[in-house]
Amino acid sequence: MRRRDFFAVAGSGLFVFFKADLDAFQEPARFPGRQAGPTDFNAYLRIGADGRVTCLVGKVELGQGSMTALAQLLAEELDVPFDSVDMVMGDTDLCPYDMGTFGSMCIRMLGPVVRAAGAEARAVLIQMAAEQFKAPPERLQEKAGVITDPLAPDKRVTYAQLVEGKRIERHIPNVPVKPVAAFTVIGKSPRRKDALEKVTGKAEYAGDIALPGMLHARILRPPAHGATLKSVDTTAAEKLPGVRVVREGDLIAVLHERPDMAEQALGLFKAQFDRPHTGLDDKTIFDHLLQTAPKPQVVGNGGDVVGGEQLSKTIVDETYLNSYVAHASMETHTAVASIENGKATVWASTQAPFSVKSAVAQALGIEPENVHIVTPYVGGGFGGKSGAPQAVEAARLAKAAGKPVQVVWDRAEEFFFDTFRPAAVVKIRSGITAAGKIAFWDAKVYAAGEREAAPFYDIPNHHTESAGGWQGGNPAGMHPFAIGPWRAPSANTNTFARESHIDILAAKAGVDPLQFRLNHLTDPRMRRALETVAKQFAWKPAAKTPSGRGVGVACNIYSNVYVATMAELAVSKTTGKVQVKRVVTALDAGVIVNPDGLRQQMEGCITMGLGYCLTEEVRFKDGEVLDRNFDTYQLPRFSWLPKIETIIIDNPGLAAQGCGEPPITTMGAVIANAIYDAAGARVLQLPMTPARILEAIKKG
Amino acid sequence: MQRTISFTLNGKPARVTTDDERMLLWVLRSDLGLTGTKFGCGEGLCGACTVVVDQQAVRSCSVPLKDIAGKRVVTIEGLANGDNLHPIQEAFLKHHAFQCGYCTSGMLLNAYALLLKTPRPTRAEILQHMEDNLCRCGAHVRIVEAIQEAAGAPKGGAL
Repeated sequence: MRRRDFFAVAGSGLFVFFKADLDAFQEPARFPGRQAGPTDFNAYLRIGADGRVTCLVGKVELGQGSMTALAQLLAEELDVPFDSVDMVMGDTDLCPYDMGTFGSMCIRMLGPVVRAAGAEARAVLIQMAAEQFKAPPERLQEKAGVITDPLAPDKRVTYAQLVEGKRIERHIPNVPVKPVAAFTVIGKSPRRKDALEKVTGKAEYAGDIALPGMLHARILRPPAHGATLKSVDTTAAEKLPGVRVVREGDLIAVLHERPDMAEQALGLFKAQFDRPHTGLDDKTIFDHLLQTAPKPQVVGNGGDVVGGEQLSKTIVDETYLNSYVAHASMETHTAVASIENGKATVWASTQAPFSVKSAVAQALGIEPENVHIVTPYVGGGFGGKSGAPQAVEAARLAKAAGKPVQVVWDRAEEFFFDTFRPAAVVKIRSGITAAGKIAFWDAKVYAAGEREAAPFYDIPNHHTESAGGWQGGNPAGMHPFAIGPWRAPSANTNTFARESHIDILAAKAGVDPLQFRLNHLTDPRMRRALETVAKQFAWKPAAKTPSGRGVGVACNIYSNVYVATMAELAVSKTTGKVQVKRVVTALDAGVIVNPDGLRQQMEGCITMGLGYCLTEEVRFKDGEVLDRNFDTYQLPRFSWLPKIETIIIDNPGLAAQGCGEPPITTMGAVIANAIYDAAGARVLQLPMTPARILEAIKKG
Repeated sequence: MQRTISFTLNGKPARVTTDDERMLLWVLRSDLGLTGTKFGCGEGLCGACTVVVDQQAVRSCSVPLKDIAGKRVVTIEGLANGDNLHPIQEAFLKHHAFQCGYCTSGMLLNAYALLLKTPRPTRAEILQHMEDNLCRCGAHVRIVEAIQEAAGAPKGGAL
């Protein structure tokens, strides 16, 4: 349902309010300082007089498929056809508060809330029918939104008939949700709700919003982080017809009714900046991080590391690096703001509309209830749209101009203001006994963050420290620009380091890398994930390592999702170029709401992951971001495409988990380990560019 | 230079009076209100703005309006025939050959151009032709499958 249609029908229909202990669905520990979830009553669904059901959620559709999966959950519990459910997402006036669409939390955290809402609504409707029929509710039957009394064939009422013209608020506590065996919609793969709009170009994104009188803004930007504006001459720009130059605090912008004309005018600005000389660049950053990282926190500890070292026959001490990585969503940060009668409406490409609401209210100096954020389809996020500074810019400029304003960052702005995945250093020192068992593991993580830093293997003596986080809280100047969550924060870096190191130990022990992992795992879910992927891959233990076959394995646990990946590739020993031939991933994520949706996430993670494995790193110098577009910042392309095989491990005893992130976490290590197996070259730095691979080959 | 440019847009005559050095993308999106064609990089590097001009896929962010005078332009809005989707759209729909959907119009138009030129492309030809269209979500594997399926389907659609 389009939002305007929804406004037309708002005011009628059944509103089901239910009290949910939303604290139970939050993870405050993962987001210190964030607003806690609401504990008041919330409306998540509405049944229209026409029989259509509207599901209202604060999550947004970024491509991950939540629009479809959440509709399935509601259809299942309310017991209505999937096609009768319309989704309204990320609208702060219509939808209940939501922290944001990140952390693979749509299904894991919001899913139980939506299911509970559907189950309770169904119970309320049956209760209403029972009163109308003057029959006990237990006797009534309900199917696809029609309630009947088996003992009175003339008694028949639909959900729509029950609610028509009425607004009813009821509450029935503790209505159970369906058991797995009763699912008819969950576990199926219906057509995505967004499919038709997306293949016809009708899907609306923030940049597609056009309001009467709207002006397009281009904003003067510094050439480098830390640069300060000395002077700007806007005379030439202001001579162009239709141009308005607006100065609003630190924002200096050109406004024009055509976006490209605004761009042309901005090009006529003569601006001078003082630029910093920090000496910091993408090569010196790693030493800088070691020097500036805050005091480490212990994130995992057991046994006695010193004692373990004494038991070791062979000790391996390695340092793993990864560079800053960009989100590079195909849609850049975009927003449209309109202010009328002291009320602001902002259409924003964002993962967190409710945070944007607060930010816009604060910037405009108005109360949050006077700010309405609408989130159309979002053209990719991956963590990069967790904030929405462009929405604040649009709102400030709309206020200054007295007209609606659209802000669309260009690709250079997108790279410049991105909250990169942090560059990081991981040092691991560990040893194996004469029997080939890991005797100790001593890891120090700098800047990547703590997630998945501590090993999940059975290691008697281990100690893991983490210094510096993946978002906020770092000492000023540690990073030369903003950093933030990037699809599975911390975990890509930590898994690359841990799983590379495990492979090195396996080689030292002379044990096949799969067998070496199994030798150190009692967790049945991880053993099953590895055994499942090995069977599909037809993994054969090598007589010696490296085998020259170019095969690798890596595994990880992320937010209670188990993932095991194997890959096969070829490395050119003359050019250092890698061609990945095959990637097989097995995932254990509990109940699967939408198998095809999960496979899309797995395929997407594998394909996207190849970028940070092989090419993606942000080059910079003295605060200037040198990668400004896709000519130098290389994303995965069609020619890179390996054969991808995805395996969903059956585990219906576990509630549905989040799957948008886990499958990408193993990519760095599985490719690194396969490169080692192919070329005997251990690459310790992401991305594994041809130059780094050739260097590693030379080292042998 | 300010002048009136006439061309055929999705099978219908179109006339725009504006600076003819302006790029087609912005004329389509801003002047003509056809927002299905997307801005991604502005330098012809990502393919989100791909449209078809005289049966060739072009990057509308880098084609000045003056270059399309008298030519036939097809955008995503012109691919279907009313409610009848073009086979390439049907195939993308069936295979869920998209996630966020932002690159999808460009992918569809580039694939459409490929099938105009090479009705039965090999997998290698598909990869080569699609190489410079970027998708951050990683829908590539399904896009290839969808194009393969459409290539085997009977021709249809409006254009």
